[in-house]
Amino acid sequence: MAINPKKTPMREQSPKERIKNFDEVPLGYTPEEAMAEAKRCLQCKKPPCVKGCPVEIDIPGFINKIKEGNFKEAIRILKDKNSLPAICGRVCPQEDQCEKECVVGKKYEPVGIGRLERFAADWEAEQGLMEIPKIEKKTGKKVAVVGSGPAGLTCASELAKMGHQVVIFEALHKPGGVLVYGIPEFRLPKKIVEREVNYVKALGVKIICNFVVGKTKTVDELLEEFDAVFIGTGAGLPWFMNIPGENYTGIYSANEYLIRVNLMKAYLFPEYDTPIVRGKNVAVIGGGNVAMDAARTALRLGAEKSMIIYRRSKAEMPARIEEIERAEEEGVIFHFLTLPVRYYADENGRVKEMECIKMELGEPDHTGRRKPVPVPNSNFKIPVDIVVVAIGQSPNPLIPQTTKDIEIGKHGNIIVDEKTGKTTKKGVFAGGDIATGAATVILAMGAGKIAARAIDGYLKSGIW
Amino acid sequence: MAKILKKESLAPNIKKFIVEAPEIAKKAQPGQFVILRVDEKGERIPLTIGDFDRKKGTLTIIFQEVGKSTIHLGMLKEGEEIPDLVGPLGKPSEIEKFGTVCCIGGGVGTPEVYPVARALKEVDNYVISIIGARTKELVIMEKEMKEVSDELYITTDDGTYGMKGLVTDALKKILDSGKKIDRVIAVGPVIMMKAVSELTKNYNIKTIVSLNAMMLDGTGMCGICRVEIGGETKFACVDGPEFDGHLVNYNLLMARLKTYLEEEKISLKLFKEKMGIQ
Repeated sequence: MAINPKKTPMREQSPKERIKNFDEVPLGYTPEEAMAEAKRCLQCKKPPCVKGCPVEIDIPGFINKIKEGNFKEAIRILKDKNSLPAICGRVCPQEDQCEKECVVGKKYEPVGIGRLERFAADWEAEQGLMEIPKIEKKTGKKVAVVGSGPAGLTCASELAKMGHQVVIFEALHKPGGVLVYGIPEFRLPKKIVEREVNYVKALGVKIICNFVVGKTKTVDELLEEFDAVFIGTGAGLPWFMNIPGENYTGIYSANEYLIRVNLMKAYLFPEYDTPIVRGKNVAVIGGGNVAMDAARTALRLGAEKSMIIYRRSKAEMPARIEEIERAEEEGVIFHFLTLPVRYYADENGRVKEMECIKMELGEPDHTGRRKPVPVPNSNFKIPVDIVVVAIGQSPNPLIPQTTKDIEIGKHGNIIVDEKTGKTTKKGVFAGGDIATGAATVILAMGAGKIAARAIDGYLKSGIW
Repeated sequence: MAKILKKESLAPNIKKFIVEAPEIAKKAQPGQFVILRVDEKGERIPLTIGDFDRKKGTLTIIFQEVGKSTIHLGMLKEGEEIPDLVGPLGKPSEIEKFGTVCCIGGGVGTPEVYPVARALKEVDNYVISIIGARTKELVIMEKEMKEVSDELYITTDDGTYGMKGLVTDALKKILDSGKKIDRVIAVGPVIMMKAVSELTKNYNIKTIVSLNAMMLDGTGMCGICRVEIGGETKFACVDGPEFDGHLVNYNLLMARLKTYLEEEKISLKLFKEKMGIQ
């Protein structure tokens, strides 16, 4: 039977509809659609897709089970390597990972691995099932995991499965890290995060919220109670451009804008107490996934105009293509090769206008991308009432500042051995954005997994 | 979760809670704050730690009921729990022997400056304190402040108690009497901290203020608490909340505090309707 050259399409909310709500955009596969898509998999003997997966899921294995209609077994295979499949199926950049390596993809569209992963996880949730894998004999060892984002949740669940006692410390009032405060509801419903967090708890992991490591207790104090510590505190420090007028009201960091909407549910104000300013003309500065999230959020909050202001051209944008396309479909306006240089405010200190300068691409810089350089005398103004600065963030300095003898890199990141997640401090491991700087959910999960293995080894051997 | 062990009304619309929070109490230092939420749909509000008892594992928080969240908080009863309480956040006050220090508290700034005054007294500073309030019944913590101060002055705007006038009038009087003050710590409404800073600048006295910027996470993640200190942007939650009063851009702080004025009114109105209160 010939392979269908295209992925089985997934139904989704139309752009016109979806910008009026915060519900998820793609609606998922039916069992029939999933089985049809699973048939496209060649079941390679030496599957290159697995090599593309940071957590080494047995991809042909779980797809084969979907093909057979044995969804229960499919999710078991997935969870063997990945504790958060419903999340990964949605937010992993599969086009750069598993699907990039897919053999079908050499000629046609690759197998929709992410879509199938999502299907299996959602199917399990719909059935009300939650199978708990085998947990090894209790080792009597205790591990503290700092941060309940993707790195922390993964590391904790792996360690729990190995029989260690794990406590996660979370600074916010809800677990999930960037999955709850950063990624919007329409891309990752919070119910799904909650479910995956519950799975981690069901493995025996204890989660303590409202506990700021570095303040409530330091890492050194945790080491008095625990045999090892894993730090997965992410990249929480927002960057600003330091241009005139950037502190006027109405100018948000992407973190603030998204925390208000996602964690605090400001889109449901006044039912929820936390407010947000609903602007008419919203400008989002930056070209990454966070910028796309903010621009699409602004539309859902009723913006007449939601603009992306990016200093390079479309080709250099770091956001996933899928996210850029979705933003375009929804009506986000893109101003490429444009750099903000100053803001103007009204008499109450509220931003009303931004001055930009046009850029052109020059010689390649250290990232290999052509460096944008300003075009002289090309300044122009754009009326705005909300600005969201989404130009990146760096590791949160709280733990680096309060932990003795831990080596910190020049970007504020904790230095680790990539193969083990070991820091320079005995008994302390780290992974995810705190070590790499802002990256993806799945890379953080991969790092959490690598560290869990190394922690297990350390706890068993006692050798650092 | 933090259980309310004791609730007390200090003045109209000013409440005091003693809450069970052993881990925070163990680490708390003067000048730091906590963030709390009253319920599942509540906002995160920062409140300065009024006092702490490491042995008993308790914290004191004193707050004025001004908006929906603080009014709601004030409705919680003894024995009930505050669902979310996190801290201690922010940098502690600088405590060392400066010589003669003047601790100024305006309104609910008084309980905030109290642990600072006590700590300064403990390291042998000569502590002069000034408490300011609008009127007599709003003067709080007089007894406590007296215990940790070598001299205590009270001012009321309407002259119903203590000296008639503002805290700056009292401060000016002390300074003009020839007394040498080495450091001023002022905690209260922005306008008060601004006025104190303007006055002490003329006398060249180092002045520390505690900025009540809006906050969300309180750990440096969101940047809503951006303040300008000597032209540089700082985050009040992690770089402060205390800063050199002579370097603060107060107008910016005041403008930023008004960001959600309209929304705050809506929230309060709906809440009052729901609860059937005036």
